[in-house]
This record gives sequence, C-alpha cells and structure tokens, in this order.
Amino acid sequence: MKIMITATGPDLDSPVDPRFGRGAYFVLVDTETRDHLAVSNAEGQDAGQGAGIQAAQKVAAAEAEALLTGHCGPKAHQVLSAAGIKVYNNVSGTVNDALESFLAGQLTAAHGPDVEGHWA
Amino acid sequence: MILTIASGKGGTGKTTVAVNLARLACERGMHVHFCDCDVEEPNAHLFLHPDLTMRRTVQLPLPVVDQDECDHCGACADICQFNAIAALPRQTVVFPELCHSCSGCWLVCPRQAIDQGLRTLGVVESGHSSSLAFTRGLLEVGETQVPPVIEAVKETPGAVDLVIRDAPPGATCPTVASLSGSDFVLLVTEPTPFGLHDLKVAITLVRDLGLPFAVTINRDGSGDDRVRDYCRDENVKLLPGLPFSRDAAELISRGQLLIDHAPDLRHALDQLLDAVLANQEVKSS
Repeated sequence: MKIMITATGPDLDSPVDPRFGRGAYFVLVDTETRDHLAVSNAEGQDAGQGAGIQAAQKVAAAEAEALLTGHCGPKAHQVLSAAGIKVYNNVSGTVNDALESFLAGQLTAAHGPDVEGHWA
Repeated sequence: MILTIASGKGGTGKTTVAVNLARLACERGMHVHFCDCDVEEPNAHLFLHPDLTMRRTVQLPLPVVDQDECDHCGACADICQFNAIAALPRQTVVFPELCHSCSGCWLVCPRQAIDQGLRTLGVVESGHSSSLAFTRGLLEVGETQVPPVIEAVKETPGAVDLVIRDAPPGATCPTVASLSGSDFVLLVTEPTPFGLHDLKVAITLVRDLGLPFAVTINRDGSGDDRVRDYCRDENVKLLPGLPFSRDAAELISRGQLLIDHAPDLRHALDQLLDAVLANQEVKSS
C-alpha cells in the first residue's frame, strides 16, 4: 500500500513535519518496495485559506491509503475521511522512523481532528 | 455628499462623531441618511434610537454539487481560489464558509452538476429616528463574509443631502467596503501612540483609495502633540477636534448625544460639521 508522510524535507531522513496543510513536503512511500516520491507543498504553505483541504486532495490524488503527520484539523480530516484515508497523528522522528512505526503496528488511527481549525 | 467616518484604531470616537454630526446636520434642515457600516458590532442605534420598520436578508449564492451528475473531474476545485471545494476521486466536498461566491465553479463545470444554493450573510434594517433616515447591517453570528452586508447597507439611501457612514475600525476589507464610493472621509483619532500608529495605517489606506480626507482629534488635550505634528509634517488637513471631557464619557455611557447635553462639545461639533461641509463645497465648486 501507499502511505503519505508529511516532512520538513524531501528525503526519508527528513524529520516529520508536524503540520499537515502547511507542511513543507509530502513523501509518498510504497510500504512493500519502500520506493518513495517527495512533492513540495509550497502551494499549501502559501494558501490564504483552506491549506488542509487542498493538501487532503493531494493525498487522495496520490492514492495513499494512510496519512502520517503531526496534527490534522477538522476540514482536512473531513476530506480525508470522505476519501477513506486513515489519519495517524502525533507522528514524530524522521520519515523512516514513521514508516517503521507504521509497519510495526505501533500507530493508532485517529477518529477525528486533533486540533481546532484556524478559520472561524 | 457621502461622508464616511473612519479611524484605523477602534474606540477613538467614530460613532460618537458620526451620530452627533448626523443629528446636527438634521437640525440644520439637511436631509440626512445615517448608515451604520460596522455590521459586526453596530452600535449607532444606541444613540439614535431609530424605529426600524424595514428588514431584508443579505444572501449570496454557493455551490451545491449534484453527486449523481458529478464525474469528479475536479475542474471546480481547480478554479476555486479559496480552497472551498475538495474534489476527491469519488466525491466532491464543499466548504461553504470558505466560498466567496465568485461563480467560477458552476461556470466551469462541464456537466452542469453544480446548482446554486443560498447562504445567508446577515440582514439590513432601515427606519427613521425623527427626520433622520437610518440603516444598519447586522452580520449573521459565525459568518465571516462581511463586505456584501456592508454593500447592501450602502445601496439603501435614496437621494438625500448627506449620507453619513459609520465605518468599522481597522484597515481590512470591511473598512475598504465602507470607504469606497465616499465623497469625503473624516478620520477620527486620539492623541496617543496607538491613535497615531493606526492613523498612519488609515491614511495610507484612504490615499491608496484616492479619497479626499481630513483628520479630527477626539479627546484632544489628553495625550501629546504627536498626531498634530504628524499631520503638519505629512500635509494632512486637521479639522476642529473634540476636547477631552469626562462629561462626554458619562453621556456616551448613558447613550446620550453630546450635542443635546454638553454645550461646549456641541460648539466643537458645530465647527467640525462646518469644516467638513466647507471642504466639500470647495471640492465641488
């Protein structure tokens, strides 16, 4: 399966970015082959509003089945749930650490957003 | 003439100046329409006690996706500059609170799968307080789209001698909406560092909008001369101000008009109104 991990840089050694919508990079990892592809999220970082919404669309468009990140707000969570993507919050360490924790079954999927929205 | 009372900083006395000038102008026999454009926190009614007899709802269209017709091409989400639509492989999700009603999504949809629903932003209420015509806007609680409600307030007055708009504080979209289309802007400030700081921001804004303006100092004598110095250095016209007065604070706290109960302040407001009207006459002649 493919999973998406938010990161401050484009590599497997990059730290996990605690922000989702305004995270620096999205690293797509194939859990079987460990192939990975990083895309910049400059568009989300510069968004006036709705950064989480557009980020969630990117995750869905990449056909990821899970998202590993720091925190996820209500609108992003709504879009991810609608797309059937599982969200794992409070993930830390490097992208590789996150991948290992996920594969070892040490992460628990969130039932809802873990932070308030930035909008009203 | 459309006169807009603005400030930058909140609490400088915009509403105090606006309601008293409006009533004074009425007493001079002018036909005046007061517009409370501070739709997030309208308060001029507390001083003018209008009988509000008309009420209309302000609504904007928003997209409603027909999920059966939609083939999830994502054209609507691509064109949306506000990230108000999320196009997913099997679902299209709309976030009404982020929508600016630009129409892009339903115009671009190749399958005409987007209908227009309506979103209520607030109400506009009108009436009279003796001979003074009065309109105010009231934003829906939790709503963030302010300018359309202000625009609805602005389009209410008919032909009168003087429209007085009480603008919201700040220098953001609601203030711009209140200012645009004005014939003259009166910036109310106070002789404090905060008053001066926000006055500079407000002056930048009205200059950008190309509007004629002048400054009046409220609670004059309570602070220092920095506002006066700044206006002189920047060649900004300073009109008569209102002296600092404990009586004024007490009257305002009781919802009373200064012109009815404080002769010295009435005199100052009379001079201010003369100056504002003279300014307009100079401009139109």
